[in-house]
Amino acid sequence: MEKRVWFKSSWLPWVLLAPQLAVITIFFFWPAAQALLQSLQQQDAFGTSVQWVGLENFENLFKDESYLASFQTTAVFSALVAFFGIGLSLMLAAFADRVLKGVVFYRTLLIWPYAVAPAVAGVVWLFLFSPSIGILAYWLHEAGFAWDPLLNSNHAMALIVMAAVWKQLSYNFLFFVAGLQSIPRSLIEAAAIDGAGPWRRFWTIQFPLLSPTTFFLLVINIVYAFFDTFAIVDAATKGGPGKDTAILVYKVYFDGFKAMDLGGSAAQSVVLMAIVIALTVVQFRFVEKKVNY
Amino acid sequence: MIERNRFLSILTHLVLILGVLVVAFPVYVTFVASTHSMEDVVTVPMPLTPGSHLIENYRVALAGERAGTGTHAAVSRMMTVSLVMALAIALGKIAISLLSAFAVVYFRFPFRKACFWAIFITLMLPVEVRIGPTYKVVSDLGMLNSYAGLAVPLIASATATFLYRQFFLTVPEELVEAARMDGAGPMRFFKDVLLPLSATSTAALFVIQFIYGWNQYLWPLLITTEERMYPVVLGIKQMISSGGDAQTEWNIVMATAMLAMIPPALVVLLMQKWFVKGLVDSEK
Repeated sequence: MEKRVWFKSSWLPWVLLAPQLAVITIFFFWPAAQALLQSLQQQDAFGTSVQWVGLENFENLFKDESYLASFQTTAVFSALVAFFGIGLSLMLAAFADRVLKGVVFYRTLLIWPYAVAPAVAGVVWLFLFSPSIGILAYWLHEAGFAWDPLLNSNHAMALIVMAAVWKQLSYNFLFFVAGLQSIPRSLIEAAAIDGAGPWRRFWTIQFPLLSPTTFFLLVINIVYAFFDTFAIVDAATKGGPGKDTAILVYKVYFDGFKAMDLGGSAAQSVVLMAIVIALTVVQFRFVEKKVNY
Repeated sequence: MIERNRFLSILTHLVLILGVLVVAFPVYVTFVASTHSMEDVVTVPMPLTPGSHLIENYRVALAGERAGTGTHAAVSRMMTVSLVMALAIALGKIAISLLSAFAVVYFRFPFRKACFWAIFITLMLPVEVRIGPTYKVVSDLGMLNSYAGLAVPLIASATATFLYRQFFLTVPEELVEAARMDGAGPMRFFKDVLLPLSATSTAALFVIQFIYGWNQYLWPLLITTEERMYPVVLGIKQMISSGGDAQTEWNIVMATAMLAMIPPALVVLLMQKWFVKGLVDSEK
């Protein structure tokens, strides 16, 4: 779609675009190009000598077991976040869709965690589940469950999954509510007349018709788990115990800024870039086109 | 609702109320912890009703008069930094996206498509994938520990530009023709016609971007080394002692958590309509 009418000026559009172009060139494309370059170089710790090493950084990266482990951690983490985040919010949205009066009331009470910063969510859940003073940890101990996220990596993973799901629930909920509301009432009424109960109607009509929303949220939740949960991990577990909750983004940060391995960190950045590009392409290609009814 | 089923109605409300309670519980505990003395908070189990130290805790947090380990920066200062950063990011994003969308839609010039795609591609380059080199650029420009360093690198916005472009494309052509016939230049048209027409989109974007700005963590973590430039979201993390629970003043930390949550939560609740619109629009 294009405008048929436009303004004539050879310089004005460039002036208008200048601020945005300056910002993206200086802070996006230049650093991204640097990351690409550095991923092919090896620098000593003082930055005095630079050597071209080709794909050696990548080879080392994929030989490095801690990196492969971080990949696996990220995969498990994002699968859990997406599964529980989508499942719970879908359940709440399906029930909220049944409420005639008070949808806005429930919505108001369910959407505000979106506003909570991931870092604050991490701190709050850390406090709730702290093995020595946390109230939820205390209840778990009382129930005979030896909860300790500082030593047990499954517990640490559960902790960051809960914090991440809690934070993302409101977002998924809003999209499911909107999706459910856009399903024509007549379809559901027709099924009800044919004798289908609420349970059956949900699985045979509403759930299939929601598939574009669900798929969209799946992509969004994976992106969220990959990239936006750094603060939760840093605040709640610091990647521990050991490196068992060090997701990829955490590892890039740690290797680049704490361990000062520039080449390795740059190679990791490039791998992450490839992941974002793939996810974005999936999002734009398939969402709302392929998954349809 | 289609059938009247008492059991189902009760179940519906039960599930929803349970959902609301589970979602609210962490924040309730945070609030309760922020109203107790340090001794009470570290008692096991912690009391679940508010205590009497509310004003004292928030005053200590805001003034930065804590005794324990970790940063001692005043939370009032952190809140100011966060507010300036969030406003600069939100308004900056809106301003530069409006201008670039206007240029791309209402002018014809060489490389127009290329410019639009260049902006759009930044969607694929979040801070997380280029942290090292971006840090270096900001440090070379001398922008570490400054408001400019906190905000400017984050104000490019593919989504906002895209949103405004989509919106401008739906604005009737007759408006441009009429404006031109009345002798209005492009900037006049932009200011008097497009800006008022985009008010709804702008309000929606503002809510989303304000929250985005307020909640930034990784970027401030990289470029602020001085306590006076900590946003509250980063500062709260620095207040937690690595020495374990005994050394962390959890009551003050939780008061800070409440303070860090209130501004963005208020924005969401008070501007709920715009918030929902903003979320849905910016993901299209």
